[in-house]
Amino acid sequence: MSITNLLENWSDFRQQHPSDDRPHREYKWAMSIDLDACTGCNACSVACYAENNLPVVGKEKFLHGHSHHWIRIERYWANDGREFADQGAQFLPMLCQHCESAPCETVCPVGATNHTADGLNSQVYNRCVGSRYCNANCPYKARYFNWYDYPTTDNVWPEPMNQQLNPDVTVRGKGVMEKCTFCVQRLTVAKSNARSEGRSVLDGEVQTACQQVCPTGAISFGNLVDPLAKVGKQWMTQQVDLNKDKQAKDVAEEAAKLRGYRILEELRTYPSVMYLEQLREGSI
Amino acid sequence: MGKDIREDIAWAQINKDVLKSLESPRRMYWIILFIAIAMIGVAVGSEIYQYQTGMGVSNKNNSHVWGLYIATFIFWIGMSHSGTLLSAILHLMHADWRKPIYRFAEAMTTFSLMTAGLFVLVHLGRLWMVYYVMPYPNERWVWPNFQSPLVWDMFAIATYLSSSVLFLYVGMIPDLAICRDNIRAGWRKKLYTVMSLGWEGTDRQWRNFRITYLTIACFLIPLAVSVHSIVASDFAMSNMPGWHVTSFPPYFVAGALYSGCAAIITLFIILRYVFKFEEYMTLPIMKKLVRLTFAIAMVWTYLNLIEFASVWYGHDQTAKDQLIFKATGPYAPFFWAMIFFGSILPLMLAFKRFQTHLPILFVVSILLNVGMWLERWMIIAPSFAHGHYPWTWDHDQWPSLVQWGIVFGSFGWFTLLFMVFCKVFPSVSMYEVKEMVYHRSLALKHKPAVKGEY
Repeated sequence: MSITNLLENWSDFRQQHPSDDRPHREYKWAMSIDLDACTGCNACSVACYAENNLPVVGKEKFLHGHSHHWIRIERYWANDGREFADQGAQFLPMLCQHCESAPCETVCPVGATNHTADGLNSQVYNRCVGSRYCNANCPYKARYFNWYDYPTTDNVWPEPMNQQLNPDVTVRGKGVMEKCTFCVQRLTVAKSNARSEGRSVLDGEVQTACQQVCPTGAISFGNLVDPLAKVGKQWMTQQVDLNKDKQAKDVAEEAAKLRGYRILEELRTYPSVMYLEQLREGSI
Repeated sequence: MGKDIREDIAWAQINKDVLKSLESPRRMYWIILFIAIAMIGVAVGSEIYQYQTGMGVSNKNNSHVWGLYIATFIFWIGMSHSGTLLSAILHLMHADWRKPIYRFAEAMTTFSLMTAGLFVLVHLGRLWMVYYVMPYPNERWVWPNFQSPLVWDMFAIATYLSSSVLFLYVGMIPDLAICRDNIRAGWRKKLYTVMSLGWEGTDRQWRNFRITYLTIACFLIPLAVSVHSIVASDFAMSNMPGWHVTSFPPYFVAGALYSGCAAIITLFIILRYVFKFEEYMTLPIMKKLVRLTFAIAMVWTYLNLIEFASVWYGHDQTAKDQLIFKATGPYAPFFWAMIFFGSILPLMLAFKRFQTHLPILFVVSILLNVGMWLERWMIIAPSFAHGHYPWTWDHDQWPSLVQWGIVFGSFGWFTLLFMVFCKVFPSVSMYEVKEMVYHRSLALKHKPAVKGEY
């Protein structure tokens, strides 16, 4: 990027707001999570640890909130007077929502977190200075900071466990922020393969680690631009629009059958993850 | 009301009194200096431990990523504002009662900015990469993110620090020349000779000096307002409930002037006692200072109430919950302490009896600053404990001793800088006090027909 390029294409320099005149051309990675299918088994979280070289910090640090679960299973109980065990928890897998208008991107002083052309919210570890402003401004608190130096001083992967680290993913040192990448290492390989064959990535050709292991198939992931993709069809069926901050489920009168929503949409973050509401006992 | 200063002080006497403060310090000075250095030692030790081990030892976590460092950073930035108020704004308004006290207030500005700057470094996860925040030419054309309020902060603080150092220095040149002429030899002689830039007090020099000083003063005022507005933008520009408040910039500026004025009262009393500056730092001046502090305290209280009211009557339920959480949750004792120290205690300053009672003022001014420090903490911490997302609730994070140690040490650092300044440079402006005495005695000669004070 030269200075002239910077000045001439200032509006292209950072895309903050999804807009119709600047649509994603080839890829827009998105996800949908069916909360009705989620059993809260945590397999997605474990798979993420294995795939993305997340440090297992141990009980004490976990209790201090220093954990690194890029996808975490949150448990919620209705406040209806029944015992917790009787009513059973509702589960919600929370990961970086890859917002189209991400609050974290605008506040980073060094531009370490950016939006890619594929609609990903990327994190550049080398550039991060650790001001943690991105986490402060993330309404989902889906960003995780390296509070300690896990690979070296904390020795999270002692010999020979370092052999199991994924060679495609960086091992992060202390003082940088990290978060879900939608398994960008897999996306890059898939795109590269597809490009060498002169086509786009097909639906199902690439899976995120969490999607791959989900025993109930609650997570679908794919390219929203691809009309054949399952995730796109789900978004379409649920009438969830990437560029709206209020979805049909909450607007239409006859929308009882619609379940799709995005979390904290009213903040106009335009997330790339759609959730399908859990079916309540009363509605079946 | 008595006189701000006696008109019959001889100019030589002023020189003598002020230069006496530069003489070899007494034992008490060394003891306090030693304590200050010990405090810095605590902070340095904590920082080394944190640097080596990782930010985790400060006991912040993934939903509470900011803590005392940022709160104390704002506190010190705020402290720096009154120096500018006293020296620049009151200078333009020809309020000459500021003359005996502006020098140390100006020094306070510089040193508290230097303290605040350290907190930026302490706060960063990778402080060895801090230069990434600066726009410097590099082969990959990677720039900082100019949208980020933290980058604005960097610019604003760097500009403010360099201009206030310049202002302090330029305003001191005639005094440095007096020092130079009154000291025979030694490192001081060399220092003052170099720093006084060959000042001889000619007409031309005075004329240039006046213009320069006035220009910097005019330049500094918008800067002072903008610095704390920009610090406020760190919060107002974010989307956290409790931070996303439009009235934050003026609120922060008022808070800054408030804590700065309170700190000036504290240092006023200390200097008056230690250096026996009773002739210059007089009670009528203190009275004016206290009234100024009271007025600013009320402005701050008003803006505080506006913030609460606009949240309360607004449509943002999350922000409202956040406010209720602040007032009733685990942070309630600190919140109410802030209201008490910040808004109720200063009501005392309205009474004439307390306006010149130095022991009471000393305690009150320190408590006011405790309140202002709590205010900054109450902006930062509760928003993390009760934000948009329920997962972050109930994660109560008490700052660890590492954080407290560094905050504690920062006061030692400030004390050290200030004490060294007081012994090396005249902490009362000699030439301006002479000016003040001269103007007052002129006025005495040509007494107006109407009875009254002037």
